[in-house]
Amino acid sequence: MRTVTVVGTSLAGFSAAQQLRAQGFDGRLVMVGAEVHLPYDRPPLSKGFLTGKTSRADLALGEQSDYDELEAEWVLGDPAVQLRPSSAGVELLSGEHIGTDGIVVATGATARSLPGVDELAGVHTLRTLDDAVALHDELSSGRPRVVVIGAGFIGAEITSSCLDLGLDVTLVEAAPLPLERALGSTMAQACADLHRDHRVDVRFGVGVEELHGAFGHVTGVRLSSGEVLPADVVVTGVGVQPNTAWLANTGLGLNDGVLCDAGGVTDLPNIVAVGDVARCYRPDLDRTIRIEHWATANGQPRVAVGNLLAGSVVEHHTDVPYFWSDQYGVRIQFAGTVHPDDDVRIVDGAVEDRRFLAHYERQGQPVGVLAFNTPRAFGRARRQLTRPSLIVT
Amino acid sequence: MFAVCRVEELPPGESIRFTADVAVAVFNADGEFYAVDDTCTHQDASLSDGFLEGCFVECPLHAAFFDLRTGAPTCLPAKRPVRTHPVTVDNDVVYVHVEPHGQVPQEAGREQEEVA
Repeated sequence: MRTVTVVGTSLAGFSAAQQLRAQGFDGRLVMVGAEVHLPYDRPPLSKGFLTGKTSRADLALGEQSDYDELEAEWVLGDPAVQLRPSSAGVELLSGEHIGTDGIVVATGATARSLPGVDELAGVHTLRTLDDAVALHDELSSGRPRVVVIGAGFIGAEITSSCLDLGLDVTLVEAAPLPLERALGSTMAQACADLHRDHRVDVRFGVGVEELHGAFGHVTGVRLSSGEVLPADVVVTGVGVQPNTAWLANTGLGLNDGVLCDAGGVTDLPNIVAVGDVARCYRPDLDRTIRIEHWATANGQPRVAVGNLLAGSVVEHHTDVPYFWSDQYGVRIQFAGTVHPDDDVRIVDGAVEDRRFLAHYERQGQPVGVLAFNTPRAFGRARRQLTRPSLIVT
Repeated sequence: MFAVCRVEELPPGESIRFTADVAVAVFNADGEFYAVDDTCTHQDASLSDGFLEGCFVECPLHAAFFDLRTGAPTCLPAKRPVRTHPVTVDNDVVYVHVEPHGQVPQEAGREQEEVA
């Protein structure tokens, strides 16, 4: 393999580049990014970056020495628009065609927005650095009234950051209990209680009917209950969509992500996928899963790049899904998988103290662990989760 | 120099945190004592809460490993090494000699590279 092109320059792409070099690839390495920025870290965007605690420089994933070592060609601000498997290349928006032998697909995902609100100023999603800069600017000019739509982890973190900024914020969520599917009902309730602890104005179990605007700027959010929440700034955190449009009609299997085998290899052996965009088969679960966690984007490239360079699947992904969220001064950490009927047991601390460790069990087997403010015990418990058996072919 | 604890208060696999100019974490890695700055160089996570594996500590947030001997991270996302501090044991008391702030620990292997 003389040329490898990594499409996507966020954490998964950057990690893939580092893995390519670490695993001995000494050919031409091309990095293609839709954003103009060098790789940066996204988790702080909804937390410290919004509140001003984390600077732009703090977000950088690499330092000059890292870039020197990578010896990559960087093509930034020019998104890939079409994969050309027949001519072994990637076509960019600018018209440039990059000929390549191997490809790492790391194009991530795009934040979903509410239909028909693109024209209104003051309406935001939060995914990229540019999104965060724009939102930060609006939150820190005057005292805007904020409505956050979607009480998942991103929505909760943005709400918490707004409180830190001293803003009035209302959190709207269509589900009666946010995060119920992600964490099960008992622990979802523990998360919902955090909003109540901080007297956040919440509307759960209520949908959004439409946004009101005047002179091109949002003025309010009309709910399915008929209530209209006045708003100067609206932020939606209603999930993401994997960026696969450039892979359409190429023979690659697509279904809410790029379909990959257990080693991250797509239907074409010289193309692997990593991070938010990759939907990999997991033998332990006997289904494909797409994981949007930071730790997955960071960790998957080691295995996927190894398989790309080997030309066959020599290792499977075996990592246990892990994520964290910081909100209202509470560090929430979760590892594993959840079914609605898993048993949840508090093994340390107490939910009321917002400091506990909980085990999820399925048929007597530990399958997940959730912690509020107990990182040490969590780290140990996370390691005890059953890992899928390593299959080397 | 800080007297941190008695040896028996810090058994193998355990850590303790104290405050010098910044928070410092002290580890007992299978009988060897190490001290490093407590805050992960990437974001605010407390390394004394991290999992200890040999002479490596795992950042409890990102799962990046730091080599306690050099302070160097072994993988993304941490970029800079954490400061390391010499530890001595005298009369069953663990002492940490905190390095002046701003001194960056030497990267392992750098000398060899320059010779080669």
